[in-house]
Amino acid sequence: MNTVTVKYFASVREAIGQSSESWATQASTLGGLRAELVARGAGYGQALAAGQAVRMAQNQTMGDEATALLDAAEVAFFPPVTGG
Amino acid sequence: MSYSLPDRVSIQTADFDVSQEINALRAQDARVGAVCSFIGTVRDRNKPIETGVGAKRVSQPSVSAMELEHYPGMTERAIEAMIDQAHKRFDIFAARVVHRVGLLAPLDQIVLVAVTSAHRGESFQACEFLMDYLKTQAPFWKKETTPGGAQWVDARVSDDAALARWGIVARNA
Repeated sequence: MNTVTVKYFASVREAIGQSSESWATQASTLGGLRAELVARGAGYGQALAAGQAVRMAQNQTMGDEATALLDAAEVAFFPPVTGG
Repeated sequence: MSYSLPDRVSIQTADFDVSQEINALRAQDARVGAVCSFIGTVRDRNKPIETGVGAKRVSQPSVSAMELEHYPGMTERAIEAMIDQAHKRFDIFAARVVHRVGLLAPLDQIVLVAVTSAHRGESFQACEFLMDYLKTQAPFWKKETTPGGAQWVDARVSDDAALARWGIVARNA
């Protein structure tokens, strides 16, 4: 088991109803972690479903589904960015 | 050198003074012969939306407020990395990015990118590069208030294309 911190932003945060949580995961990639969260249903299933445009970061660097999940990582899921 | 440059990146709720920012960036650096800056501001209109069925009716909903959210820590790191990239690619002396977060209104300033160089070409290019990079790689999200309610702004494919011109694949929108 690897306990990670998961952060959510913007529309993903609103759908899930919180901005940060601790999660014990068996996943080995960011995509695996996303699938675990989707399986929790409700807001998770809605915001993080495979068809949704979700971007992700690990330890504050952009990553993707294939990125290897590190021990005690800070992972974030969010919609495409719209700054500037 | 006995003077120090300002911080390269500021994320803040407060407004910024463009003259002060530029003066600080080029202060006492007589090598500078060109300063290029870009200021992004809040529009009172968003993209046209289709309203009618069949007929080509579109409207541009008015925007009365804009809320900007960011990922504290990652935002600063991402922009610092962009400025490092700009220094590698262009012969520039200094760059500064100020980006506001929180609740903004039409006419408000959102973002400032300012770059100094010896000649104009390098600072023009670096300024555009930094904005193209920021639009698709810095974790900010805009939510607009319109008569129909508040809605998150969609990312634009054209912003990914803008970054592609610099040989970087964005994969954002």
